[in-house]
Amino acid sequence: MTLALEIQAMAPPAGPWRRAVQRLLARKGAVFGMVVVFFFVAVALLAPLISPYDPVATNWATVRKAPSAAHWFGTDEVGRDVLARVIWGARASLTAGVISVAIALAFGIPLGMLAGYRGGWIDAVIGRVVDAMLACPFLILAIALAAFLGPSLGNAMIAIGVTATPIFIRLTRGQVLTVKTEDFVEAARAVGNKEMRIAFRHVLPNVMPPLLVQASLAIATAIIAEASLSFLGLGQQPPAPSWGSMLNTAQRFLTQAPWMAIWPGFAIFLVVMGFNMLGDGLRDAFDPRQT
Amino acid sequence: MSRYLLRRLLQIVPTLFVVSILIFGLQQLLPGDPALIMAGEERDPIAIQEIREQYRLDQPLPVQYVYWLAGVVQGDLGQSMRIKRPVGELVLEKLPVTLELACLAILIALVIGIPAGIISAVFRGSIWDYGANLLALWGISVPNFWLGILMIFLFSVHLGWLPASGYVSPGESLIGNLASLVMPAFVLGTGVSAVMMRHTRAAMLQTLGADYVRTARAKGVGEPGVIIRHALRNALTPVITLGALEFGTLLSGAVLTEQVFSIPGFGKLVVDAVFNRDYAVVQGVVLVTASAYILLNLLADLAYALANPRLRSGTT
Repeated sequence: MTLALEIQAMAPPAGPWRRAVQRLLARKGAVFGMVVVFFFVAVALLAPLISPYDPVATNWATVRKAPSAAHWFGTDEVGRDVLARVIWGARASLTAGVISVAIALAFGIPLGMLAGYRGGWIDAVIGRVVDAMLACPFLILAIALAAFLGPSLGNAMIAIGVTATPIFIRLTRGQVLTVKTEDFVEAARAVGNKEMRIAFRHVLPNVMPPLLVQASLAIATAIIAEASLSFLGLGQQPPAPSWGSMLNTAQRFLTQAPWMAIWPGFAIFLVVMGFNMLGDGLRDAFDPRQT
Repeated sequence: MSRYLLRRLLQIVPTLFVVSILIFGLQQLLPGDPALIMAGEERDPIAIQEIREQYRLDQPLPVQYVYWLAGVVQGDLGQSMRIKRPVGELVLEKLPVTLELACLAILIALVIGIPAGIISAVFRGSIWDYGANLLALWGISVPNFWLGILMIFLFSVHLGWLPASGYVSPGESLIGNLASLVMPAFVLGTGVSAVMMRHTRAAMLQTLGADYVRTARAKGVGEPGVIIRHALRNALTPVITLGALEFGTLLSGAVLTEQVFSIPGFGKLVVDAVFNRDYAVVQGVVLVTASAYILLNLLADLAYALANPRLRSGTT
């Protein structure tokens, strides 16, 4: 055996996370999804620097102008630059997607761990609430919550986050039930670790991969849900730019200014597709048996 | 089977009970005095008093809930503040339109999703598989209200083939009815067809690799026979039950689709109620959709149990 091979044989095997990242990067679809997501994140972060115009500044001299060198995506019904509004709209959409899912994770993981770890009546009560919430169609529940909370981007994020929580509770609970009977958890208990420490140091890291996959797919759903709520007038309020509310306005000017409807919808489609491809890639990377 | 049915029926009782608490609880999210908010901008003292009496707002919360639940159990979903009609009546009036739309959407989803899933599985790794997967990715990523707007632009504004909005009842004109629903049904069915395609593909890949399929091939059964009579028949059971569950997705999607195409269905009822601050209607719609979803879940489980005796005996 050569020295190089001997060193290679002695090297510690790559960890599960590292192997997952390697598998993820080997998938063209996932890499493409990642590029799309990074592109939109960059657009949202750099909006003040790259936006060609003020997204809320009206100009009566440029009402409903077709795409041109001055306005690449055209202008809207009050002369605002559509490109500038699409760029700034990325902030509202991505913020809504990420914060909604963060809310869902913040409630879903602890409640799911509690249900799976404790069992008994706590599990039964949480289980019934999850069943009841999952029985309400996602968007209808989000609309009802947003309607009762009042129309605003913040309330839309809360409504979407709360509606998305039961999926994470159920997923975490299922994973905890599997992981808590594993040998390494029994070993941690045998050496005298406290239950809280076992839950957070040993069980939680092992339930993270499926949660990560679900989170990236849930961001895609949350972005569509935010756009839907804004389209219905329950999300971002005018004149602040949002892809959903832009489409709502565009619908009224479809014959005179179709470009108003094309770009915000295309942006939603692209970013949602990006998160879906990334989510599919992550699922395959963490669980290669499914491919 | 009857014992299984009884067990499943008993299981949905606590779920329905929690659903009722959640929906009743929505009212508590209103900031400030609910009677003032529900009365809207008019602030008519008589209307405010009516709301207080209808919802028993001067009573403790558990008492309010018991009265509300007692009404719901008897089919009384409350009174619409704006239209001044019982919510149950409004829901029953709008539901057939949405159900027709949802049934057409499911039909379109089946017609696209199942053949695409079969082709994708049979020609695994080929350009057909790649194309079908891309189609499914497009289907789950495209926002249906945007697709609706684009279709209106193409087929109504540009080509003038189909009406841009509105609804014609089948009693009025069957052709007009189909013309008014074909675009909304396609828009609504797109996402579901993508999910169906993915599930059909996965189920077909599983059955195509099964021993009985290999045996059928060894016995000289032709490839179309193997695919249709052996693999597809067994793969379709979970896909059909999935179709029943996707009805919930369709009801959600119908809210936006009906808004885009101005179809006077269940979804438009809830959106109009939201804008009119007609909270009793919002609560009624959520309650009816949740109950319908629970019922469909039960029917899907029963259908699955009929096809799979192991489930009936509770051995799995």
